[in-house]
Amino acid sequence: MSQSATQTREAVFRATEITKTYVMGEVKVHALRGVSVELYEKEFIVLLGASGSGKSTLLNILGGLDVPTSGSVYYENTELTASSPSDLTMYRREHVGFVFQFYNLIPSLTAKENVELITEIAADPMDPMDALALVKLEDRADHFPAQLSGGEQQRVAIARAIAKRPEVLLCDEPTGALDVKTGIVVLEAIAHINRELGTTTAVITHNAAIAGMADRVISLSDGQISGIKTNETKIDASQLAW
Amino acid sequence: MNKLDRKLLRDLGQMKGQVIAIALVIAAGIAVFTMSMCAYASLKHGQTTFYRDFRFADVFSDARRCPDAVLERLQSIEGVTTVESRLMFNVLLDVPGLKEPATAKLISIPDSGESRLNQVYISRGRMVEPNRRGEVVVSEMFAEAHEFVPGDTVTAVINGKSQRLTIVGIALSPEFVIQIQGGSMLPDKKRFGIFWMSRRDLEAAFDMSGAFNNVTAKLAYGANSKHVIDAMDHLLEPYGSIGAYDRSENVSHQFVNDELLQLKTMATIAPSIFLSVAAFLLNIVITRIITKQREQIAALKAFGYSNLEVGLHYLNLVLIIAIGGMVLGTGFGIWMAAELTEMYQGFYKFPLLKMQIHRSAILIALLLTTTITVIGTWLAVRKAIRLPPAEAMRPEPPPDYRPTVIERFFPTQLLPAALRIVVRNVQRKPFKSAASVVGIAMSIAVLVLGAFSLDALDYLIEFQFRKAQRQDLTVGFVEPATASVIHEISDLDGVLESETTRSVATRIRFGHRSRRIGILGLEPSPQLFRLLSESGQSINIPGHGVTLNSKLAEILGCELGDFVMVEVLQDERPVVQLEVTAIVDEYGGINAYMAKHQVHEMLKESAVASGAFLKVDPNKLDDVYRELEMRPGVANVSTKEASIKSFKDTVAENMLTMRAFNIMFAIVIAIGVVYNSARISLSEQSRDLATMRVIGFTRREVSAVLLGEIGLFTMLAIPLGCFIGWSLAWILITGLATENYRIPLIIDTSTYAFAVAVVMGATLASGFIVQRRISNLDLIGVLKTRD
Repeated sequence: MSQSATQTREAVFRATEITKTYVMGEVKVHALRGVSVELYEKEFIVLLGASGSGKSTLLNILGGLDVPTSGSVYYENTELTASSPSDLTMYRREHVGFVFQFYNLIPSLTAKENVELITEIAADPMDPMDALALVKLEDRADHFPAQLSGGEQQRVAIARAIAKRPEVLLCDEPTGALDVKTGIVVLEAIAHINRELGTTTAVITHNAAIAGMADRVISLSDGQISGIKTNETKIDASQLAW
Repeated sequence: MNKLDRKLLRDLGQMKGQVIAIALVIAAGIAVFTMSMCAYASLKHGQTTFYRDFRFADVFSDARRCPDAVLERLQSIEGVTTVESRLMFNVLLDVPGLKEPATAKLISIPDSGESRLNQVYISRGRMVEPNRRGEVVVSEMFAEAHEFVPGDTVTAVINGKSQRLTIVGIALSPEFVIQIQGGSMLPDKKRFGIFWMSRRDLEAAFDMSGAFNNVTAKLAYGANSKHVIDAMDHLLEPYGSIGAYDRSENVSHQFVNDELLQLKTMATIAPSIFLSVAAFLLNIVITRIITKQREQIAALKAFGYSNLEVGLHYLNLVLIIAIGGMVLGTGFGIWMAAELTEMYQGFYKFPLLKMQIHRSAILIALLLTTTITVIGTWLAVRKAIRLPPAEAMRPEPPPDYRPTVIERFFPTQLLPAALRIVVRNVQRKPFKSAASVVGIAMSIAVLVLGAFSLDALDYLIEFQFRKAQRQDLTVGFVEPATASVIHEISDLDGVLESETTRSVATRIRFGHRSRRIGILGLEPSPQLFRLLSESGQSINIPGHGVTLNSKLAEILGCELGDFVMVEVLQDERPVVQLEVTAIVDEYGGINAYMAKHQVHEMLKESAVASGAFLKVDPNKLDDVYRELEMRPGVANVSTKEASIKSFKDTVAENMLTMRAFNIMFAIVIAIGVVYNSARISLSEQSRDLATMRVIGFTRREVSAVLLGEIGLFTMLAIPLGCFIGWSLAWILITGLATENYRIPLIIDTSTYAFAVAVVMGATLASGFIVQRRISNLDLIGVLKTRD
């Protein structure tokens, strides 16, 4: 994807000068120190950084889970920083798909039911079986999380995230708890979704090897953006190794 | 303080809401236990010391007129240590300010000024002096009801003559700790009093010099009262004795013993309910803590803490909660016992009814609490003890859910996925779910149990005093009245209907069992005094045989169609065999009935009457009273409505107080169970709930998942709780069914509704408290941790 192509696209997210300060007892932690960034339609972004760099805080703010201490964040024309907690809940419900490091499936629900949990509350969901088919798990639909491998659980989590046809897919260390081989399968699934559905996708990782599959790589360190790199040619997830 | 103990205190601080809720459940159980035991000890102590210090007799007998010379022979009966003769007469009183006539039981005081048995305790004023005429000492209950003080006077109709009596003292007697007129079910302190008078006075008034009509005896320790009774009957038979009896037939003694039995029952039932609920709550709390602290346990063991130290650490945690609750409950129980003892003082008259702290009860409470706690939590604590450190380091394997049997019959596909979580959670922990349901059900049951007594009492009064007994006045005659006397009374202005009765003193025997009982002869198809079946159907007295009430039949062990031996204890003393031709249900007393004409035939007498039931024009009641009072042949008059009111005033008030405590305790259980279950669910599911919040579920939707479980439990608990309440009520009334009262198992729908409403309110309140915590779920933290 070329630089010019990126710039002609609509910005899905516009974050301007956001800072985030946590007060932990008597210590103040500056998680973000003035970050400005735009994420574009259909883009595949990798947020790269070490532990404590602020990448998770940024993703949480974009996902409507957290609010910055200062600065503004726009999702399309909605100012997230001016939204009420219940508006943020509706924003997450309608527009955002989340994938977590530890999958966070509901253990008492089967794979299909975990997906249905979302399709039942979404405005224009896909068929739960179609969502599972996208991650190639249609034959495991009636299994409970405890009966699935880590990689399979994460793919169910991806199916659950995309079943509502979200505008954005936010993945926080999606391969963090997986071995390389399984991690790659999961990343392939995410790339597949991004390609097929055109969902703007942001993946957080501390694993630089993953950066190659992104359109753009935003590096963070110490709460600031330390570099933005556009990949002229994306590497297929299957080619990754770490 | 070692660091492990400090951790323990901080852990307790972290869960203080749950700690308080569980401690309160234990406190409630221990409070009722301590209260019952202390009240028991107080009442028992009051009873024992009063009986002993004031020489309460063991055997009693009435006679018509027995010469004093017989006394010596009575004294020489083997086993008798002391014997005393008395004169005893019931007379009518005209009490200022009281429209209806009151009845006084006059009892003689020997000229020495002190009785040898059944001594009176003078609480105010002085004893009567033998040489002064017209002096009386009045029982405290009656004096209090009329605010009499020494120096006041009352007018009595003694042997047909009006006589002014001067009250010189107020007294208590072990024989009349509670005052109930013979034949009445209810104590009526306004209309029945005991008057002690000098023997000389009574002898003169009733022409009884050199004779007595009542005798009491004290027996040697270990003496056989049955032998003494037989010997006494043998000696007194020629003088019109209707049979000697022991303390067990003394009404006052029976009432105090019934109360003692009730306290014992309470001391057993309450702790069983509350402590088993508490054991369950401690179990779920400690199980959750141990699961959450797996890694901490591993670390402790890795650092070298022994299995025993780890086990004791968790056992101490629950013991601190339990013993805290026990201490609180003991304090509250002692306070309640003091209140109850004070309440007793208005009901039972003892010279010294001091609140006794039952020390061994406190020890038992401590043992009980500790044992229940250890039993309730042992499995969970053992898990912590046995957990190998290496295994504990790893997080617990994910819970293994499977579609369950129930889902095969009840397709959960119909439910939204969010509610399927609820169903699966409930099914995965069947024991915990069932115990939660039973716990909530118990609070409903406690409420039903606490509230039903008022329903039962209302029903009892309605059944016994409105449906069965429809008279306004009951009149007793001194001597069997002839037809002319009966006519005079039924012709009194204001008397609308009248029915006469003939009662006869008998001893009924069946096999080796026997009972002294007055058989009441009733007119054919009586309208004012009806015998009813349990369903309220009027039963006609069969023209032959004898009708027993079910309690008497049970005591004798006889059934319909059996033949009982009836020994008449008066006049010619015939002995006849009678068939039990009907058994009726009554809620009070033990009674037997016959057709009136049969009694006449049995006694070979004309159609006389020993009493009458009257229905009176309400506007002319006062006139009728006045007329009856003036008639020498009338021994006593009792008014139904007045005694019902007086009874309701005392008993209903006590019941309302107990009901308030029960409501409080039931709320404690309901909140204890609901709050703890919800907190545990929140703790177990916080990660799932937070995940749901993150992926777009609203707070309300997530609360539905959390509280859906407790809501489901409550719904299931409602029918179960009503059923348990009904069963406990059944156990209670069966255990408390005495000769004086049987409480009917009547529970109004409104009582169930009330119990359900209170518990639902408590559920909503605790649900609301827990639900607020959903707002504080750590949405970000959950994404980063593995549980």
